[in-house]
Amino acid sequence: MAAEDLPSEFDVVILGTGLAESVVAAACSRVGQRVLHLDRRSYYAANWASFTFNGLLTWIQQHQEESPPEEVQDWSGQLEEGDELIYLSNSDPASIRNLQVFCYASEEDEEEEADSPGPPDTTEEEEEEAVKETSETESADSKDEERTHQVRRNFITPAAHHLTAINAHLLSVQSQAVHIEGEEPEADQPRPSAAPSQSQPTRKKISYAQLVKEGRRFNIDLVSKVMYSRGSLVDLLIKSNVSRYAEFKNVTRILTYRHGNVEQVPCSRADVFASRQLSVVEKRKLMRFLTSCVEETEEHQAYSGRPYVEFLRDQQLGDNLQHFLLHSIAMVTEDTPTEQGLASTRHFLRCLGRYGNTPFLFPVYGLGEIPQCFCRMSAVFGGIYCLRHSLLCLLLDTPSNSCKAVIDSRGQRISCSHVVLEDGYVPANRKRVALPPRFVSRAILITDSSVLPSESEQQVSVVTVPPIAAGCPAVRMVELSPSTMTCIPGTHLVHLTCQSVGSAYEDLSPVVTRMFHTPESPDRGSRPSVLWCLYFNMADGWGAEPDGHDLPSNVFLCSGPDAALGHDHAIRQAESIFQKILPEEDFCPPAPNPEDIIYDGDNGSSSTAGGLEEREEEREEEREEECEEEKEVLEDASPPAEE
Amino acid sequence: QHGRVKIKTTAQQEEEKRKEREKKLKIYVAARDACFSKRSEGVWDDEALQLTQQLLSSNPDFATLWNYRREILMHLETWSPLFWLTNNAELLFLESCLKVNPKSYGSWHHRGWVSARLPRPDWARELSLCDRCLSLDDRNFHCWDYRRMVVKISGVPVDQELAFTDRLIGSNFSNYSSWHYRSTLLPLLHPESPDAKLYSFLSEYELVQNAFFTDPNDQSAWFYYRWLLGRGTSVCNCVHVLKYFGPFLALTAAQICDLPPGTINDISNEHNLTVHWTEKHTHRDCALYTGRTESWCRDSATDQELFRSELSVEKTSVLQSELQSVNQLQELEPLNKWCLLTIILLMRALDPLGYEKETLAHFQTLKEVDSMRSAYYSDLCSKFMIENTILKMEYAEVRVFSISDKNLTTLCHLDQLLLVTHINLSSNQLQQLPPQFAMLQCLEVLEADNNSIENLEGVYHLPKLEEVLLKNNKISTLADLQPLASCPKLKRLDLRGNPVAQTPNVESELVELLPSVTDLLL
Repeated sequence: MAAEDLPSEFDVVILGTGLAESVVAAACSRVGQRVLHLDRRSYYAANWASFTFNGLLTWIQQHQEESPPEEVQDWSGQLEEGDELIYLSNSDPASIRNLQVFCYASEEDEEEEADSPGPPDTTEEEEEEAVKETSETESADSKDEERTHQVRRNFITPAAHHLTAINAHLLSVQSQAVHIEGEEPEADQPRPSAAPSQSQPTRKKISYAQLVKEGRRFNIDLVSKVMYSRGSLVDLLIKSNVSRYAEFKNVTRILTYRHGNVEQVPCSRADVFASRQLSVVEKRKLMRFLTSCVEETEEHQAYSGRPYVEFLRDQQLGDNLQHFLLHSIAMVTEDTPTEQGLASTRHFLRCLGRYGNTPFLFPVYGLGEIPQCFCRMSAVFGGIYCLRHSLLCLLLDTPSNSCKAVIDSRGQRISCSHVVLEDGYVPANRKRVALPPRFVSRAILITDSSVLPSESEQQVSVVTVPPIAAGCPAVRMVELSPSTMTCIPGTHLVHLTCQSVGSAYEDLSPVVTRMFHTPESPDRGSRPSVLWCLYFNMADGWGAEPDGHDLPSNVFLCSGPDAALGHDHAIRQAESIFQKILPEEDFCPPAPNPEDIIYDGDNGSSSTAGGLEEREEEREEEREEECEEEKEVLEDASPPAEE
Repeated sequence: QHGRVKIKTTAQQEEEKRKEREKKLKIYVAARDACFSKRSEGVWDDEALQLTQQLLSSNPDFATLWNYRREILMHLETWSPLFWLTNNAELLFLESCLKVNPKSYGSWHHRGWVSARLPRPDWARELSLCDRCLSLDDRNFHCWDYRRMVVKISGVPVDQELAFTDRLIGSNFSNYSSWHYRSTLLPLLHPESPDAKLYSFLSEYELVQNAFFTDPNDQSAWFYYRWLLGRGTSVCNCVHVLKYFGPFLALTAAQICDLPPGTINDISNEHNLTVHWTEKHTHRDCALYTGRTESWCRDSATDQELFRSELSVEKTSVLQSELQSVNQLQELEPLNKWCLLTIILLMRALDPLGYEKETLAHFQTLKEVDSMRSAYYSDLCSKFMIENTILKMEYAEVRVFSISDKNLTTLCHLDQLLLVTHINLSSNQLQQLPPQFAMLQCLEVLEADNNSIENLEGVYHLPKLEEVLLKNNKISTLADLQPLASCPKLKRLDLRGNPVAQTPNVESELVELLPSVTDLLL
């Protein structure tokens, strides 16, 4: 496909494969629109992506490098009279910043630890070894036991091979990153060299080399969210039958950090019954509160406008329950007004018990699966996909102030009726940004054990960490066990998220230092050790305004991920864009079962103009290919977790 | 429209499905007929076994086929003594049947039958099968039944089973089966060691409190709690000997029996009688002296023993602390009926007379919050009021029982009133004097004015009854008065304010019916 030209006419051209864009693509293809879906990146899902460990290192590297200045080519030759050009930005330096990487795992396997006190030099040999390693695994891919998974990834990410090829540089890149860190002028900087000597001898430590070696078994999300089991995303997945492309696991427990301890939050009836922290009277009060807040009462209204925490205090619940209700169930702050606190408490309760004892689901293989599932749905219904393929500019029909065509990164002119853009592509001068731009602080940790060990090693936990000091943000943490297929056995993958106050490191490292064991931690305790961690800030998609940009009327913007725990923002955005494009159509009606789709011949659709016939055939072929692959994947895939 | 994926229409799908169904049915019917004809021919071969398997795996609720299958298996078994040694397939087949219908009587029964025949059954596997089924549906009573059988045969230790109920209750405490199972296990676990028993039960109280504090509207926990609090049996026995035309013996538990002829004669001056209760393995002695027409012997009916059968097992201190915690719950949930009822029961167990006022108030609330059952509460309250009156009477050591104006709706514990000579039931809401009323063999005066009595069934063969006062009741026909004819000493009868008093010729007919009555008020 790569060498050939694309068809020159589409109904909808979508640039960026984030969640909202992918949902729009699926929705449009589903109702028969011709969709071209592009991403300049080599991977799907933009800032919603999940990476293997090695893929993440590459991503870090890309964001640490200076992006080359954009070459602005002159496309005025393609212009017709009265037309205007909008050049799109093809690097998005603003959305990710303040990347900082720390590695506390020993560089090598255990035995060599003592001999390498300093930061190890990456030798040529190691690099070669790494190259060999990756190519070996690559060739073995088609046969080994992870075939199913690989098929998924390959289909979805044609660039996977490309990614592994880059891995050769990884080791050296990594040690560079650590060096850079060491040289930064911050106060308590970690010295990676100190890490090996502090490693506990009791447990078989996982070395950095092992993380890299088994890096393909990680699926590390850039955003950290979970799915509310009655949230708009789950509803959409079910309604559209897209759920069949993914598997889900229950979040198994809700935890909170309080008085220096991690405690389980009793939220379901069974939890309350079994809880050892609550007295029987507290149990009753909690259950009664939870039952009573499902219905709006006059008492609730009386507190409208006043802080939720005040309302809770007046319910005579006691400190324990107040903490659980405010921070872990409503997940709001001390100054959130009562009506909002009650609304989120209700949402939490509504979601409870649909699939398990917590209100949340998590997709196996990580959140990056979700946008890809929608892309797959779009592809099944004829959407055309190209990665590492972008748009350079929009061609404007000045009189109508609408975009009538686009020019892709190969210089091809493609006419279209609607354009959907990830907001990172929009040139700064055309964009109206919320002032000041908001950011989300993120930290990603690979740890060696759970923050609250339990009988089961396979817990998936949502942890709420209230502000640890005045002025600090409330932090939300998601701890994933290997059962989610996001990390290797013996590790846990921990995502921390908060609304940025300072840099991600400033915001989150105090929490990390307290809850985990790092060289900076005051004492060791029995907390999990951090093997590796990454801090970065990502632009908050909530702040970006969907409307009011200086753009043609048929060009729509999708913002990136927001800081909220659920996916409502993106799904709402996608639905509203879809309704603007196709006001008469149903949004993602249920897709038919694969056995009900008639594959042979789609010849009835000849009502279009003669000149289109050639392209028609081409499209046909493409679709057949896509469908074939589709069938294969569907056979391999297990049934969806729902129902 | 262009580019749409073609989808089979629903009509097409329906048609395909219909054809599919028809095909299946044809195969099924053919196999069934083949099976039946084989059975009638007395054929028990492998082919028949295959046929039943084919049919039962799609419809495991076909009892006849299971029977046939067992016949075949038994036949094969006689041919080869090692038959069951190699037969794991039957169990696998049954598991597939259970997947089709996890509540199939036939499948579970057959599995029990097979398990019992296997020379070396793998009980651990059976238990884990049950666990899987119960984790899918913890109220699958077929599975519970089968599991009980497995546990019994394989001798799973009781404490292990208790841990099993812990697990089930932990995941969902609204489950009678688990609680009930627990109530059968605990007595086994602590047969006769009072201290360990008490300790263990304290943790039981904690468990069940967790449940009813978490959800006070869930009955299962309350029922278990009632079981925990009370497992006493009534110990009160009474023997009463009355010398009458033919002397007879009156016992508690609604039995009156004649003594064998010749037991009592006028010659000997003292008769010693011993009565044995074979069911309870107890006996009582009673002596009747010369010149006396009656004699009795009964256990002292103090509050300690008489009506504590509901909640009698635990020590007062335990009951007291339980009352405290349930009161605590009641403060939080003032309108919860289970809570109110439990408080009433606890109060009665602790001090029925002392808590009488509170008890009545709680009954009033109960009737309001659970109006559907208000008649039940009235009856229960009547019962408690009668108990209290009996206690008061026992303390006073009199033979007069007076319980007027207490809103009684029913009469009970009449067996405790064996010795009463004068009963006053005026101004209640009684509708009848039930057959057990005939227990009152010593009764001389019955006062029951201002009730709603329609029926005098129980006023029957009362040898000493002289006065019956039934002013303002609802006796409407002469036939309703028929039982009184069996009371030979009846002299005074007051029927004022009853419908029957208005019927014509009532007076003459009454004279005819009750010739002994000399003082009739109409």
